Amino acid sequence: MEAFTRHTGTAAPLVRENIDTDFIIPKQFLTTILRTGLGRHLFFDQRYRADGSEDPDFVLNRPGFREASILLAGPNFGCGSSREHAPWALLDFGIRVVIAPSFADIFRTNSFKNGLLPAVAPPEVIEALQAAGGPVTVDLEALELRAGGGTWPFTCEPWGRAALLEGLDEIEATLRRLPAIEAYEAGREAAGWMA
Amino acid sequence: MKTLYAKLWDAHVVEDLGDGQALLYIDRHLVHEVTSPQAFEGLARAGRSVRRPARTLAVADHNIPTRDRALGAAGIDDATSRLQVTTLEENVARFGVPYIPLADPRQGIVHIVGPEQGFTLPGATLVCGDSHTSTHGAFGALAFGIGTSEVEHVLATQTLAQRRARTFRVEVAGALPRGVGAKDVALRLIGGIGMAGGTGHALEFTGEAVRAMGMEARMTLCNMAIEAGARTGLVAPDETTFAFLEGRPLAPRGARWDASVARWRTLRTDPGARYDREHVLDVSGLEPQVTWGTNPEDVAGICACAPDPAAFPEPKAQAVARALEYMGIRPGQPLAELAVDVVFIGSCTNGRLADLREAATVLRGRRAAPGVRVLVVPGSGLVKAQAEAEGLDRVFREAGCEWREPGCSMCLGMNEDRLAPGQRCASTSNRNFEGRQGRLGRTHLVSPGMAAAAAVAGRLADVRDHL
Ligand code: SF4
Repeated sequence: MEAFTRHTGTAAPLVRENIDTDFIIPKQFLTTILRTGLGRHLFFDQRYRADGSEDPDFVLNRPGFREASILLAGPNFGCGSSREHAPWALLDFGIRVVIAPSFADIFRTNSFKNGLLPAVAPPEVIEALQAAGGPVTVDLEALELRAGGGTWPFTCEPWGRAALLEGLDEIEATLRRLPAIEAYEAGREAAGWMA
Repeated sequence: MKTLYAKLWDAHVVEDLGDGQALLYIDRHLVHEVTSPQAFEGLARAGRSVRRPARTLAVADHNIPTRDRALGAAGIDDATSRLQVTTLEENVARFGVPYIPLADPRQGIVHIVGPEQGFTLPGATLVCGDSHTSTHGAFGALAFGIGTSEVEHVLATQTLAQRRARTFRVEVAGALPRGVGAKDVALRLIGGIGMAGGTGHALEFTGEAVRAMGMEARMTLCNMAIEAGARTGLVAPDETTFAFLEGRPLAPRGARWDASVARWRTLRTDPGARYDREHVLDVSGLEPQVTWGTNPEDVAGICACAPDPAAFPEPKAQAVARALEYMGIRPGQPLAELAVDVVFIGSCTNGRLADLREAATVLRGRRAAPGVRVLVVPGSGLVKAQAEAEGLDRVFREAGCEWREPGCSMCLGMNEDRLAPGQRCASTSNRNFEGRQGRLGRTHLVSPGMAAAAAVAGRLADVRDHL
């Protein structure tokens, strides 16, 4: 995974609560066996009209936001299914950071594993970022959001932050603990219960 | 003094990783076609193998047709979907993972197959690349849904780095009234604590009503834990659990069975153990529930009227107005007035034999209302066979319902079982998000009895009037 330390980009506001994973990437695009190419289907039902043309009212279709790399959202972002296609679609579109008051658990984990930062900040901060306009800088080392001369703090799971800063290959890291895993398996077997 | 969750967690910690994380041993891993291809591809690219294939079980369920199974994957019309299923078949062959093929009578929805085969066991950790993995917690297993990167991690290492959840006891007090069941309890709970109310928590369901439930109802309850934001739902195992599992193909036998049961009896929260949160839900006066909005917390009794957005503070008022508009419902409209186009009976929430029996009780000797399309999709081949042995398929067919092959079907509409724009559906599934069952489709979540009542009445209806 690519390391993440600091990112500056345009922040698109999509400040609704409970944006679920069906909303982020509808099921008809889950038939893929690839991780790539999902960006054009991101927010499909909102972004495109029934005839396939772009809905000009949707934020990511508006001038100034088409190249957005940060998303400002409402609470419980990413609720619903476990599909990792949600962070894959966001990343493939070019989103590197989602800033929201809270995230659903599985989505948050999936994001960290792919180098997408789920940054937690209260609604006031999200409003302030929107009001500031212009590019937003997300500094994961300092845990700071900066825009239009203002600075606000954000929070992030400590383990997820460490993994992102390091660009950790988690499987590699776990495989280095193989002796501990084998010892655990041996102990369980000896105790007569390998469920 | 420990909670059930703490016992399960502590027994599986391989190593403490700091930052509130631990490396957990994973006993059981269910794999399906939609969330696994990229994980297997990752393994192949890194030259890794599946560390414990015998702890893994694969089956295709999400993205398969429910009309005809005789041809296996070759019978899937859509090329991309077919490729996804054949990719699973190639991967399980290449990595030596046990697999239940499409045409096998044991094929079905992962969360129905696991318990049926005795793959799901009390005291085990169980994961699957699917959020409704919480279902298996009904057996006292620590079960939770994971993403594809985690699927790859489990395949490669048989472990997962996890953060310990907070514990949340939900006491379901009182006895369930007639016509009211586990689905209603789950919906009412989500209505009460909200769809993010359980985020970061493991729910443990306790209380008289839960003890009185069969395994299938307990699975329905734990299945819906994720709709309250909780990755894990739990019920402590008891005689009901053991009776369900005894003799299942993958359950222990003989002396190992006895030893296992003895150990499983210790899997209960010790008296006096503390939970981080507690919630009591008295169900003795509960009505059959139905969702009116676009997420599972938008729920009310069947005798209720849709809410008025004006009664809520902002920003909730706006969300309610938006949901009602999407659903095509007037503020204050009685829910029992809403005519349905489609009824879906199935899914990992309500696709088991007990659910089909509940629906058949209402449909026996009656007919679905004219113009209402009713899809009955058994959760597995074994459920289908049992239902047919009891003659339930005839009840459904005679009532004008379509009787299908097992799979996820219209729960998420990845295959061709979808709602058309604007269609209203009474569904026994678990998510009523916008577009979940088809673009612009309108989903009302209900119990199997309520779905059957809607089929007969041609509108949302009170199952108690049809018993
Ligand atoms: S039945 Fe529905 S909720 Fe259950 S696993 Fe299938 S798609 Fe997911």
